[in-house]
Amino acid sequence: MRPFSKIRDKAAWLWMLGSMVLVLIVPVLIAYGLIAKSTPLFQDNLIVDILMGSDWKPVRGSFGFLPFIAGSVYVTLMALLIATPLCLLTAIYLTHYARKRTLRLMHPIIDILAGIPSVVYGVWGILVIVPLVSDTIAPMFGVSTSGYTLLSGALVLAVMIIPFILNIMIEVMRSIPEELTESSMALGATRWQSVKKVIMRKAAPGLASAVVFGLSRAFGETIAVLMVIGNVPKVPASVFDPAYPLPSLIANNYGEMLSIPRYDAALMFAALILFVIVLLFNLASRFFITRYEMKQKGTLK
Amino acid sequence: MKTKEAEERVMLWIMRFAALSIVLVLGLIILSILIRGLPSLSWDMISQIPKGGFYYGKEGGILNAIIGSLYLSAGATLLAMIIGIPAALYINVYAARHDRMAAAARFFLDLLWGVPSIVYGAFAFSMMILLGMRTSLLAGIVTVALFILPIMIRAIDEVLRSVSPGLSEASYALGATRTQTAFRVLVKQTMPGIITAILLSFGRAIGDAAAVLFTTGYTDHIPTSPDQPAATLPLAIFFQLSSPIPEVRDRAFAAAVVLTLIILIISLLARWLSHKYEKRRIKF
Amino acid sequence: MDPILSIQNLNLHYSGQHILKNINLSIPDRKITVLLGPSGCGKTSLLRCINRLTDLHEDVKLSGSIMMNGQDVLDRNMDVNELRRKTGLVSQRPYPLPMSIFDNVAYGMRIHGERRKSVLKEKVRHYLGKASLWDEVKDRLNEPAGRLSIGQQQRLCIARGLAVEPEIILADEPTSALDPMSSRSIEEEFVRLKKDYAVIMVTHILRQARRIADHVVFIYMGEIVEQAPAEEFFSNPKEERTRMYLEGLFN
Repeated sequence: MRPFSKIRDKAAWLWMLGSMVLVLIVPVLIAYGLIAKSTPLFQDNLIVDILMGSDWKPVRGSFGFLPFIAGSVYVTLMALLIATPLCLLTAIYLTHYARKRTLRLMHPIIDILAGIPSVVYGVWGILVIVPLVSDTIAPMFGVSTSGYTLLSGALVLAVMIIPFILNIMIEVMRSIPEELTESSMALGATRWQSVKKVIMRKAAPGLASAVVFGLSRAFGETIAVLMVIGNVPKVPASVFDPAYPLPSLIANNYGEMLSIPRYDAALMFAALILFVIVLLFNLASRFFITRYEMKQKGTLK
Repeated sequence: MKTKEAEERVMLWIMRFAALSIVLVLGLIILSILIRGLPSLSWDMISQIPKGGFYYGKEGGILNAIIGSLYLSAGATLLAMIIGIPAALYINVYAARHDRMAAAARFFLDLLWGVPSIVYGAFAFSMMILLGMRTSLLAGIVTVALFILPIMIRAIDEVLRSVSPGLSEASYALGATRTQTAFRVLVKQTMPGIITAILLSFGRAIGDAAAVLFTTGYTDHIPTSPDQPAATLPLAIFFQLSSPIPEVRDRAFAAAVVLTLIILIISLLARWLSHKYEKRRIKF
Repeated sequence: MDPILSIQNLNLHYSGQHILKNINLSIPDRKITVLLGPSGCGKTSLLRCINRLTDLHEDVKLSGSIMMNGQDVLDRNMDVNELRRKTGLVSQRPYPLPMSIFDNVAYGMRIHGERRKSVLKEKVRHYLGKASLWDEVKDRLNEPAGRLSIGQQQRLCIARGLAVEPEIILADEPTSALDPMSSRSIEEEFVRLKKDYAVIMVTHILRQARRIADHVVFIYMGEIVEQAPAEEFFSNPKEERTRMYLEGLFN
């Protein structure tokens, strides 16, 4: 080999290695930066008070995160509650009932849904969901509201995470051998019985991982939710109350965070919570996937 | 035994309803945005920058945000490519020998996949304060690049992984080095797939609002150098929508149409390319 | 003796291809009928017509009739689930359901409405015994079925199929995924089963057919070339193509 190409080879290798190392270092830096930036918050506040306190008055130095944590948890869980059954039923339909052509037609639709920017979802939420909640859904329950509520946030968020959950669920369902359905149906089970008792059981870890994956996406979603959820720092008492999730807190207040002492630390702490929780969810999702793959191998052997 | 057949039929209808509702929601989203936004969309809006009194409903357009968004996304995608493509190649060429290492890298990237862009934004903002930097196009580009990196690497990785190992082996057998194999064989063979992955990352970059909110700032001018702040489409929509003046809100909806159209074009382009890629790929 | 199943003028088209051509066939009760032929000849498709598993695929067109107990299997009004209960299927490789050994055998009975614990227990024991698996698994009935060896899994699938009390057993190359030892024991299993059931077995292994067949149907390119009692078929084939196949000139 010519010496020049040897040098070039070495350089290219260094470039690849360097890139990989950089990619792996960034999250460590982020974690370190967020931790370092949020420590001032704990100088004269107990972590319990911060996480469980519901008093949010930055000017007076009181930072109770409970309303935001509650807002995030509620809106995420509600969105999942709406999205999961829809995705599950659709995934079953597309993989077990519909013609193959229907599945092929659905793929671009799912892709487009996944690609729509979150601000556009927010615009749609303001155009359609907020009026729907204030004019139709809330009156049905005898409530009057502006429509900028926890429910609106959850509905918009549900639509946003559907393509992600649905995509994985379809993949999971498709990876299960058709012969398993046949085995069950050959015993006289209907398709639905086979799906319910055999396929779902086999697919359970994969499906769980899809849901957890959706959870982590929903938890960090910012702009779309911010635009429709009302942003009032109080623990919501009903779905028709406004809420204030963690990402909205950060996005709404970055401008003034330098003018109030320890406000920046509080916002960085909010980011840290998001970061850690999303990592944990992703870890859980990986765990389910690994179990699913092991299970697949275990029975096929 | 009639109950189970009835159950079967009822479930089938419920499932059809679920699938149909997803299709309808997509239609509804696109339709409602178009109906509300198209009437206010004019040539002026996409060809002019804001003029005096723009935010009170007077003349001007959102060209600043369109150009700003294109600069930002192009810059971020380019930067992410410079790091992302070699990193993906590293996983598939060098780490592939030690399968554990490749698995560890993929695992790590999967963990990062869902980290919300607002976390990147907040982190970058605090770094900028630390370094005494002001909001700028460059800061936005770096932040967004970091945010789309895991997405891009995993997408390219999926494409590279679909190449049969036989192909690289054939290349080694001809005396090619690993680097030559990586760039001349793997990249060449998977080019349309890689472009699709890049386009998808570009789509993520142009649609993201949370990371640029802190870092890129907002301005009525078209930036002429990377150290100036820049307007972006998502933020243009977001800010104008919170205005009490109806004309300004109208423009926000029109801007949403522009952003949606850009995204639709990108996603159709990506689909078309990946379709072509499926056809052209050498199969073993 | 009356045949348990009689197939008349059966034609199967699948996405434009003519897979089965004018099949006429009678299946005797309590005998092993072997469908013999090179792979891809349509013998598995024929088997899947009998329990209408062909319904699971798009683009399938069926014509003709398959009479079973005076009813046409291919009739649109046929209760397919009941039909499949009456025809137990043993497939090429075992696909244990993702549940315990006990639940695998009880699955079909539960599907068909049996809820009583004591009955289920008794029957699981009975059919595991019938598939010669009881002694090996009686202490581990609650373990996942996936932990059994592949030969045991296949016998579990037989027990699972027997538990819904079929009249006909359809076996699609039931030994093709097994080692020679397990294959032999599965073959012996079928010889025992023919005392109580009609067995239709698909195979492409000549020696297997010689060992266990009572009646042989040779299928080639979607057509029945020759059918005869086993002895006659192997000692004195009438068709030229049968002779060539028996001499191993096809594969």
